[in-house]
Amino acid sequence: MDRTATRERIDALIAPFNKKGVAITDASTFAGDLEFDSLTVMDFVAAIEDEFDIIISMNQQAEIETYGQLIDAVVKLQG
Amino acid sequence: MDDLFSKFDPLIEQRRALLATGVTDPFSLVMERVVSPTVAICNGRETILLGTYNYMGMTFDPDVIDAGKQALDDFGSGTTGSRVLNGTYAGHRAVEDALKEFYAMDHAMVFSTGYQANLGIISTIAGKGDYIVLDIDSHASIWDGCKMGDAEVVPFRHNDIEAMEKRLKRIPEGAGKLVILEGVYSMLGDIAPLKDMIKVAKDNGAMVLVDEAHSMGFIGPNGRGVAEDQGVLDQVDFVIGTFSKSVGTVGGFCVSNHPKFEIMRLVCRPYVFTASLPPSVVATAATSIRKLMHAGNKRAHLWENSRTLHKGLRDLGFQLGTTEPQSAIIAVIMPDLERGAMMWEALLEEGLYVNLARPPATPAGMTLLRCSLCAEHTAEQVQTVIGRFERAGRKAGIL
Repeated sequence: MDRTATRERIDALIAPFNKKGVAITDASTFAGDLEFDSLTVMDFVAAIEDEFDIIISMNQQAEIETYGQLIDAVVKLQG
Repeated sequence: MDDLFSKFDPLIEQRRALLATGVTDPFSLVMERVVSPTVAICNGRETILLGTYNYMGMTFDPDVIDAGKQALDDFGSGTTGSRVLNGTYAGHRAVEDALKEFYAMDHAMVFSTGYQANLGIISTIAGKGDYIVLDIDSHASIWDGCKMGDAEVVPFRHNDIEAMEKRLKRIPEGAGKLVILEGVYSMLGDIAPLKDMIKVAKDNGAMVLVDEAHSMGFIGPNGRGVAEDQGVLDQVDFVIGTFSKSVGTVGGFCVSNHPKFEIMRLVCRPYVFTASLPPSVVATAATSIRKLMHAGNKRAHLWENSRTLHKGLRDLGFQLGTTEPQSAIIAVIMPDLERGAMMWEALLEEGLYVNLARPPATPAGMTLLRCSLCAEHTAEQVQTVIGRFERAGRKAGIL
């Protein structure tokens, strides 16, 4: 799946977690802009893992700070 | 120069704000004198201990005390060395033999703390390229062991069998897999559905490690823990446990039937690069473990205490961590940290000690007053405890 299609699916997944309705760009950070706590991160990551049938280990999550980095990682993990 | 401590500023501020309300600091209590497994003197007041994990009340057992004194006389105050150098005494072998008998397993390895047992075993057996699948509510020592070992770490929602299975199935072919579970989760006192979870883990080719720190001595027909109680102990590759709860001293261990287990003694760094436990500690542990093999009556009384307290607190209107008592831990859920600290202080003034647990140790950002019962609590003490909870609950505005 290309980046645009991947992004569209992640856009749909993040909506219920974006409780403050923050306008999300590739540069948005999860901890800062989106104010995700650790439980929200776990549920959001689980939703993405289930949607794409992939594993995003905590080691990989540690490298992902922004929305754009997440999309890139998911594109790569789909192989 | 950047101050490396600036990262702690939010916590420093949270503490300052809490203490500014005039509440006693819940994290600097001193036990001035300890009278028994269930009573101590705190701030000059006789206090019932209901937050010590001293489940089987072995800390003042006369046989245990005698064994410790004898070992002090015979072997001195400490070993001053690693288990692999000069730190293995007869007592270290004896406590490992007691553990092998207690669990009916082939191998036992004793660490200086329970934290080090998890840190050492997990980081050593799951390395780079391996996958660890674990419950999100796992203890800090499990998380730290994962981090130290460089394995890929994949958490799943607490006790969610389906979420665990999905993650196991996604692991690349040929990668090593370790599933880590706990028998009793210490924050809410709930148990894991180990029978079903271990089956899924095994069906997917994973090895299984279960931390039974909060169930040893108490849960299961022989006190071997939740895996024994659910009839699946023979499916567990590694059981992690501690001496600092039911056993009543300090230390940690791993028991296993893995045929190559003994190599751990040479490759496990938290085992090799630490001084071994003092002779008195392993002597008290061995004596206590052997007595716990025949503690059926105490186990029954502890279950009675747990059920009575759970029902008493629920009937008063407190919100509890589990709908039924599943272990010797009863967690009382507080509306927030401030009122939790007020309630904790009110209980202490009543002469009752419980644990105040707060994020990040707790799941879902909860503040908990965690009660752990002891087989040495009398039925009368448990009724006294319920009465003190009622008065403190009204004082703190929780009830």
